[in-house]
Amino acid sequence: MSKKKEQFSVFDHVLVPKHEIVPDSEVEAILAELRVESKDRLPKILPTDPCVKALKAKRGDLIRILRKEPTGEAVYYRVVV
Amino acid sequence: MEFTEKQVGAIKFTLFSPETIRKMSVIKVTVPDTYNEDGYPIDGGLMDQHMGVIDPGLRCKTCGGTVHTCPGHFGHIDLVRPVLHSEFARVVAVLLKVTCSSCSRALVKKGAKDTFGELLSEDELLAQMKKTKKCPYCGAKQEDIKYEKPTTIMEGKRALLPIEIRERLAKIPDEDLELIGMDPESARPEWMVLTALPIPPVQMRPSIILETGERSEDDITHKLVDIIRINQRLDANLNAGAPQLIIEDLWELLQYHVTTYFNNESANVPPARHRSGRPLKTLSQRLKGKEGRFRYNLSGKRVNFSSRTVVSPDPNISINEVGVPRAVAEELTVPIYVTPWNLEECKEMLKRTEYPKIVYVTGKDGRRRRVMEKNVEELLAALDVGWVLERQLKDGDPVIFNRQPSLHRISMMCHKTKVLPGRTFRLHVAVCPPYNADFDGDEMNLHVPQTYEARAETEELMLVERQIISPRNGSAIIQPNEDHVSGAYLLTRKGVKLTKDEATRFLGAAGIYELPEPEKDGTYSGKKVFSMLFPKDLNMEYKTRLCKEVNECSKEKCPYDGYVIIRNGILEHGSMEKKGYSGLILEKLFNDYGPEVAREFIDRSTKMAVYSVTHFGFSVGLENYKLDKKTLEKINEIRDKAIKEVEGLIVKYKNKTLPRSPGKTLKETLEEQIMMVLNHARDSTGSILREYFGQDNTSIVMANIGSRGSILNVIQMAAFLGQQAVRSKRIKRGYKGRVLPHFKIGDMGAYARGFVGSSFMKGLTPTEYFFHAAGGRESIVNTAIRTARSGYMQRRLINALQDLYTDYDRSVRDADGNIIQLRYGGDMKDPMRSKKV
Ligand SMILES: [Mg+2]
Ligand SMILES: [Zn+2]
Ligand SMILES: [Zn+2]
Ligand SMILES: [Zn+2]
Repeated sequence: MSKKKEQFSVFDHVLVPKHEIVPDSEVEAILAELRVESKDRLPKILPTDPCVKALKAKRGDLIRILRKEPTGEAVYYRVVV
Repeated sequence: MEFTEKQVGAIKFTLFSPETIRKMSVIKVTVPDTYNEDGYPIDGGLMDQHMGVIDPGLRCKTCGGTVHTCPGHFGHIDLVRPVLHSEFARVVAVLLKVTCSSCSRALVKKGAKDTFGELLSEDELLAQMKKTKKCPYCGAKQEDIKYEKPTTIMEGKRALLPIEIRERLAKIPDEDLELIGMDPESARPEWMVLTALPIPPVQMRPSIILETGERSEDDITHKLVDIIRINQRLDANLNAGAPQLIIEDLWELLQYHVTTYFNNESANVPPARHRSGRPLKTLSQRLKGKEGRFRYNLSGKRVNFSSRTVVSPDPNISINEVGVPRAVAEELTVPIYVTPWNLEECKEMLKRTEYPKIVYVTGKDGRRRRVMEKNVEELLAALDVGWVLERQLKDGDPVIFNRQPSLHRISMMCHKTKVLPGRTFRLHVAVCPPYNADFDGDEMNLHVPQTYEARAETEELMLVERQIISPRNGSAIIQPNEDHVSGAYLLTRKGVKLTKDEATRFLGAAGIYELPEPEKDGTYSGKKVFSMLFPKDLNMEYKTRLCKEVNECSKEKCPYDGYVIIRNGILEHGSMEKKGYSGLILEKLFNDYGPEVAREFIDRSTKMAVYSVTHFGFSVGLENYKLDKKTLEKINEIRDKAIKEVEGLIVKYKNKTLPRSPGKTLKETLEEQIMMVLNHARDSTGSILREYFGQDNTSIVMANIGSRGSILNVIQMAAFLGQQAVRSKRIKRGYKGRVLPHFKIGDMGAYARGFVGSSFMKGLTPTEYFFHAAGGRESIVNTAIRTARSGYMQRRLINALQDLYTDYDRSVRDADGNIIQLRYGGDMKDPMRSKKV
């Protein structure tokens, strides 16, 4: 039997884009930029999402996703629900 | 104007009590007639003026209103004997079943609802009551109640009379009704047995006057006449003390008339007919079905300022245009708003008495008036800023053209009106693909935008030339096709030389009135003539589908003239074919020079191509597919060799020497190999045909340049059809062990399992014909299923996305303001405006 579980990070996978928790101090500015009154208006992400789990993000946290696509880089925000 | 916002919380349908019917009635109708000899409504008749007026000049005796103002009022008939309302007969039967025949109490113990009733649903409670055979109140034995369509209720072997039914229902106490599940306030059950009948207002059943001057009454009036007549006869017989038998006969007849009055399509009732033998359209028939009030008039809204007719082709108009029949243009209108700047122009327009004229004017008072010879002077004098004139559609007006099913946005595009003689909408053939239109009887719709804003938007966003590139993948969808491609190829082939006269005609057809550089011998090369359509600074190089070289194309020296080089707008090498002409060149023009240039290229080049295809002549016929004896033998040899090979495979299969393919059973291996052998045999005839027919056979030429058909079509016409398949397998199902009784049971040979060895030229044998039909059926079934399924998927997608929009910051949001995408498509890229990759 193995002594220790093999450690695997989802972010190592080629198809998983970079995820990061947005610091609370930046949230307000982002909401203003997107012209929404609250985080409820933003796309959602489940707390059970492997990326959210890996980041240890909590409910209400804003996640910034940086995607590299053939047509360029894209920024996306999702709120943990 | 003031608005009050209210929401409908609930709608409650209730029954009319006879008292209500009489209370709302303005007159008791007693005369089974309508108008007297002078043409006036008879008092107390079915057209009594108390119930409203339909004749101009007369006034309503109830409200004093005229034809335009009187809303109509209900009258009533008192039925001398009650009759069952046929649409409630079933409910009445249930009520009789669950109540006592002698005391009319619900057949359940007092307080039952409190004890076990709570636990039971209404249906279960009713089912219990129906089973009760003895009244818990009076102990009366309950006989079986049976309902027979349409209005008969049997108790044991005896039919109950409506009068008895009504008495029983009336005796049911309110509390018991609640237990059964009825609201006695709004629907007492005895009201389902009619003693009074409301007569609808005359406005609901107007009589029409025929050309002969005769009056023709509405079907409902006819029916009511019947009811009143029988009612009177029944009354007279009752008063005269007629025998019971006669009374019952008349009573039944009254029941029949009332039943058919409500619904002339009731089960087990012969429909009441008009004198002509046509069944009458009574109340239900007005509401029910596709042509009923709901589906036809309420859900089926029609659009104004629109037109629909058959489409036919016109290669001489621009792709931006649509040919509109004069008759349609005279009917459709465009509003012109009178301003200080166009006042004079408007006056001139208003003076017109011929075609593009003003049909209606709307003054500042909002009154809409038709322009007529007698009021033109008056209108001209009054014409002022702020008026709206409605002008007939004329050349250049933007309209929205559409063909159903409108599956994508390019199913509706903006075309500029081009008024033409004839009765069909004319469409440039290059715009057929986005609409998926052809001219075998297709009809299309045309809509005229009604504000300046709408006109501008239509033109800016939807104009055909802006839709040349498909939003699906960035390739051209509005493109030259079929004969256009053939024509362009014929002109740009190697070695085409035109005289000056000919060159002039080619260019003239395209609207070009200058000549290119002549050759040394004074002729004009086809390539140079065609090059006149290109912008002067166009530079392109590409390999066409004509090049059949095994290795890399030798470009300028390509033996097939299959490498196109355009230098400074001159086609120096290569010929036009589908890929370049309808694709690469067109897309480059659109992307580098803009929609107008691309549109002009399509407009002009297709005209030149049509001229070219008629100039050189291009046609197909049986000659295209006729083979000489030697070639035919060669092909038959290939075919028969393949059949032999199949037989060999079968023998190997039977004595199990056939090597099995990995992952397949032996039988699957056999089938796979047979298919391979036969398909290969068919395809290998292609090269023989190509060689025999040469490069001049029009069918082969079309397949090569991609204008129409493929080499497979040639093979099937000249050589043989080959293996027919159902679900990509040889045809198997049918009789036991064989497809058709013409074969031996267990025959696995090529011909027994769907191989067609004949060509369309030769003709198919009966069994081959059957196999061909079986194979053809599959594709038809598949398309039918595919359209149904994709239609439903599309519907769900559209419903989910319908109120999403792209905001000014290019984020996609829904109607509540939730962000769906931070940037449209994640990358703000529009495939229609991006280069193909
Ligand atoms: Mg058609
Ligand atoms: Zn009235
Ligand atoms: Zn009883
Ligand atoms: Zn080549």
